[in-house]
Amino acid sequence: MSNPQQLRYSKEHEWLSTAEDGVATVGITEFAATALGDVVYAQLPEVGDTVTAGETCGELESTKSVSDLYSPVTGEVVEANQDVVDDPALVNTAPFEGGWLFKVRVAEEPADLLSADEYAKLTAGN
Amino acid sequence: MSTAPRLTALDTLHRSLGATMTDFAGWDMPLRYASERDEHNAVRTKAGLFDLSHMGEITLTGPEAVKALDYALVGNISTVGVGRARYTHICQEDGGIVDDLIVYRLGETEFMVVANASNAQVVLDALTERAAGFDTVVRDDRDAYALLAVQGPESPGILASLTDADLDGLKYYAGLPGTVAGVPALIARTGYTGEDGFELFVSPEHAVELWQALTKAGEGVGLVPAGLSCRDTLRLEAGMPLYGHELTTSLTPFDAGLGRVVKFEKEGDFVGRAALEAAAERAAGNPPRKLVGLIAEGRRVPRAGFPVVAGGEVIGEVTSGAPSPTLGKPIAMAYVDAAHAAPGTSGVGVDIRGTHEPYEVVALPFYKRQK
Repeated sequence: MSNPQQLRYSKEHEWLSTAEDGVATVGITEFAATALGDVVYAQLPEVGDTVTAGETCGELESTKSVSDLYSPVTGEVVEANQDVVDDPALVNTAPFEGGWLFKVRVAEEPADLLSADEYAKLTAGN
Repeated sequence: MSTAPRLTALDTLHRSLGATMTDFAGWDMPLRYASERDEHNAVRTKAGLFDLSHMGEITLTGPEAVKALDYALVGNISTVGVGRARYTHICQEDGGIVDDLIVYRLGETEFMVVANASNAQVVLDALTERAAGFDTVVRDDRDAYALLAVQGPESPGILASLTDADLDGLKYYAGLPGTVAGVPALIARTGYTGEDGFELFVSPEHAVELWQALTKAGEGVGLVPAGLSCRDTLRLEAGMPLYGHELTTSLTPFDAGLGRVVKFEKEGDFVGRAALEAAAERAAGNPPRKLVGLIAEGRRVPRAGFPVVAGGEVIGEVTSGAPSPTLGKPIAMAYVDAAHAAPGTSGVGVDIRGTHEPYEVVALPFYKRQK
């Protein structure tokens, strides 16, 4: 699987787009989606919520388990992907595109986000 | 356990198919190959191919094999005809369930007992000990067999194209020796999916050859490789219990709603008889809890161990739960207090990480195939 070069990644397997007008998009990586299996329920943060880098902000439920969703940045949620709420399978079929999870007005970025190549190394061998 | 996981004869093949593997009772088994929901739906509507080589086979032979089994197990094994199979339990002296089993009568004096992987050693030990006074030999055949299962409505056609065996004459819960794709196999019409299907016990050296032949034979009719994840949701929809979830040593077959497997009318004593007679009375008069089905009104999934609640009180516990691909809703099996166990009982919920989600109480199974 290939991780888009233009995105940055957290060790908790979220991706973050480059902010436009201060707003960045967040999703989970294909690696994470594959590990989860079919996602059947997504509880996303709500518009207006403040999310904090490295802290839980929702959950993704798959056939076998439930996993916490972590925010890769600190900021205010400006949009949650209603398509994913309605059809959680989008997280599996298009994790880097239609399966994005929420948009956030970035207040602060942690220093330890990874490049695509660094993230690939983190997940290699799994 | 820190020991390396055991690999089935099909391990290399699973990896070449890109399977996600999981540890199951010390075995490295395929959890899923792609989407477990697609695998589940394929078994319901077409066919799925499973590697179940982790299951534990134990063979009993000899003139008193049947007597030994009647003593060791709760079922009436004497009444099983040659070429037939029986679902049964092995219980402790106190009536607690050691495991659920399928016993195949291969000949007048030859039986194959199939135990869950997680219990195979315990069952082998118990059978060896319980058979000691009888003229029979208990043989550990765990390494003698690979087990492949073809399950789903297309499975009879797929198998028929590879064997001369009389599949029409092979009824549900029957098994006969035959040849499939040139490979000697015990062909059994059993499964754990709620669909028609077959389980094929073969020598491990033939497993890859048979898998490939079945794959090719099923190509045109939608057969897909299927992992343990969909096996679990298939059996859950079919209301079939899983050891360690619905069945444990702290429950008797009567507690689990499976009292019918205990045959008091059989000749002679059997392990657990006295305790089970008491359990039968208790279950008939004043049952503590009953096994029920729960269907979610929302989308959050109940998991094993979650409390079942009503009016702010805990009234039971979920034993298995998953999103049901067939119903499109989360479902669960749960033991609940008898007062809340009737189908349609209102006000029942599951505590899902602190939130009481409403659930409908239903009779099991959730799904029954149209015959």
